Parts: sequence; structure tokens; C-alpha cells
Amino acid sequence: MNAWNAILMGCSAGGLTALQHVLAELDPDIPQPILVCCHTGSADVALLCELLARHSRLPVEEARERAPVRGGVVHVAPSGYHLLVEPTLRFALSVDDKVAYSRPSIDVMFESATDAFQGHLVAVLMTGANADGAEGLAYVRRHHGYAVVQDPASAEASAMPQAGLDIAGADACVPLNAIAGTLNRLCLP
Amino acid sequence: MDIEDIEIELFVRAMQLRHGYDFSGYAPASLKRRVQQLVRTHDMKDISELNRHVLHEDGFLARVIEGLSVPVSEMFRDPKVFRALRDTVFPVLASYPQINIWQAGCAHGQEIYSLAILLEEAGLYERSQIYATDFNDAALALAQEGIYATRDARDWSRNYQEAGGARSLSDYYSARYDFIKLDHRLRRNVTFANHNLVTDDVFCEAHLILCRNVLIYFSNPLQDRTLGLFRDSLVRDGFLCLGTRENIDFAPSAIDFSAVDSSLRIYRLGGRLAK
Repeated sequence: MNAWNAILMGCSAGGLTALQHVLAELDPDIPQPILVCCHTGSADVALLCELLARHSRLPVEEARERAPVRGGVVHVAPSGYHLLVEPTLRFALSVDDKVAYSRPSIDVMFESATDAFQGHLVAVLMTGANADGAEGLAYVRRHHGYAVVQDPASAEASAMPQAGLDIAGADACVPLNAIAGTLNRLCLP
Repeated sequence: MDIEDIEIELFVRAMQLRHGYDFSGYAPASLKRRVQQLVRTHDMKDISELNRHVLHEDGFLARVIEGLSVPVSEMFRDPKVFRALRDTVFPVLASYPQINIWQAGCAHGQEIYSLAILLEEAGLYERSQIYATDFNDAALALAQEGIYATRDARDWSRNYQEAGGARSLSDYYSARYDFIKLDHRLRRNVTFANHNLVTDDVFCEAHLILCRNVLIYFSNPLQDRTLGLFRDSLVRDGFLCLGTRENIDFAPSAIDFSAVDSSLRIYRLGGRLAK
């Protein structure tokens, strides 16, 4: 039995490159579901999913309302909606106000997934130019989670990982090229 | 069970027993966030304190409803949807001598005015009757006023153009300082009314129902019940327009609808066999 219920990833400015990098090296045998929230500013994440799928060895899909959260799949939050997880481990969407100036908000996804899975999650906060995700990361940690923060010095935009370190702290603070290895070590059966 | 989850159950019970509002069919994840937000907005210690106000303070109910109702939208949100309504749905509606349109969950009315503008431009407004409903009276009052922040108007103008608008959005409002006010003539055929999708019945006989990003807050059984309500409200071959990321695949009532444009979530009453 694996200790971790799911992997969450949040990023913003510079996020596409960072995600491509991590997904390329993530082991395809990772059994956990992977939830990604990346602020893109575009109306649709179809292109983001496609660009990630080219590098990822795990399947990449836009998270669908009411559909089950599936292990071994990378689920990407749709543009313009908060992505939440119901206690039934199915996805839900909301168009409620922005949180941390963002929708989708990393805080919302981190907190909601933590509730639904009853903790024990691995959350990764990477490059970004705002502070979304820091509160969520703290929430993950308070619920028996494991926080991986990209070393701000290695991040294209350092504000987001720095806010993560300042507000939540981290169980591992590593450069971009060590994130996938950290996840593989933690999550492989 | 988490203490906060117990508090939320008590909140739902209190709203039901004390005020007759039933939130038990709301999807738990977003309901929890909204209740937590209410606690923060009113500077309370926890949900139990909120519950005390729900039970003992009569005037507080409106503020709770405000916090739990459909959030604010924008004009011509998802322009492609409005373009499809204009290009695909309106030509069919044009064949009816009288057109009834129901927007369920109109919030602050941005989509009502969007629809009214497109109907005007298609020459269909005069024979249209639009019903704008919401269970939040405060939202209905704002919707009737049609006053919005000027800073939003720029994005909305772009949306309007992308939706295939024939003129300039500014032709339809007057701007004053930080606010725009939509032309009151746009609501001469609009009826605003309180209606709660959770507990109320069929509202009208409609040729088109718009209900975008409302059912996303409902659990599967309540989503299904509401789709059944829409089915019973629509004329034969009537249209239903939902939010572009909504999923009705798990609802038994979805069998009664066929997709006109599945990616834009525009459906038509009539089983899949009939198509």
C-alpha cells in the first residue's frame, strides 16, 4: 500500500516548460492520479494538454466535470474554472470568484483535493509570478502531506515557489531537474 | 468525521428547517468553500457561529442566500456559444410566432442583456418573451438595473464582436464615470422572477432554456432532477444551452436530449432515437 493518495502540481508563468520537464521524467508506473493547475490566460487548455502529452509518458487529459479521478492519469484544470474534487473522488468545477487573483486557483485545487482524499498528498509548487498555491500548500502539509517546492533560484519566475517556502515551508526544495526524481522516489510502489 | 463537515451538515439542516431552503442537493466541495467564505466575509469564528446567526437573526438570511447563489457572469461569456445561438438556434426560433426564452439562474443579468441584444439584431426581439429567474432576490434587483462596472465593458465589447455582434456594444449602454447602464429598452420584454430550481416546479413553456454554469454546483441526483424540469418545460424540439464544461453523461434524463453542438453544450429536446 502506497503512502500517498495523489500528486498535485501548481504553476503559473513559465509553467508549460516546467511541466514538460517534469512529466518527461515521471515514471509511467506511477499509480497515483496527478492533478495539474497551470494559469495559462487562454480560453482553452486543449493546446496545453497537447503540448504536455508530447512529453509525458502518462496520459494527459483536461479534467472533466463529474468524471472520476483516475490513477496514472495527468488531469489538467480547465481554463476559467476552479477545479475541485468531491468526496466521491470525482471532479467538480466552479466559477466562483477568483482566489489569489486566479481561476483556476492552485489553492482551491490543493485544498479541495486534500479534503476529498483525506490528506496524505504530494503537492508540487513550481515557477510562477504570483502567490497562488502557497496557502494550499500549507493546507496540504497540515493534512499529512508532502510539499515539494521548486528552488526559486532555478525557477523562471520565483515569486510562487518563494511564497510557498515563506508561507508553507517545504519537505523538499529542489531544482527543476530533480522534481521528477523526487516524485518517482516517493510514489513508485 | 471532520468537525467542519459536521458543522456544514448542521448549516444545511438549519437552512432547511428554519428557512425552507434546501441545499442538501448541492455538490459538497464547492458548497463547503462558499460556506467558509460566508464565515470569512462576516468575520466570524467558525461555521457554528454562522449557524447561530442563521437560526436566530431573521435579517441575515438574505446575506446567506447572496453568498450561496449563482456567481456573477459576464456579457457574451464564451462568445462562440452566443454565435451558435445566433447562427443555429435563432433561425429555428424564427419559425415560431411567439418565442419564450427562460434563463434559469440569471444572477446579475449579464447574459440576459447579451441575449436581448442578439435577439434585437436578429429582428426577433418583438415577438420574444424572456423570463429571467433566480432564487436570489438581491441578484434579480441588480439584474433589472443593468448597471455594471466600466472596467468590465472592454472585455465584453471584445466578446460581443467575437459573438458576431452587428454593431458596437457601446450602442447599447450609456457610460457614466465608473459605470455603464444598459439601455432599458433591452428589458421591455424581460420578466424577472424568483424561482428556485431546487424546490420549484416548471416555470413556463419555453422554446429555449439557458442555464449555464448553474448545474455544476448540483450533485448528480439534483442535476438529473433539474434536467427533467427543463425537459418538462421545453416545447417539442426546444433548445437547452448549458455551460461549456458541463457534463450530463451521468444523468438519466440526458437521454431526452440530443446534441446540436456537443462541444458548446447546446442540446435539443428529442431522444437520440428521434434524431
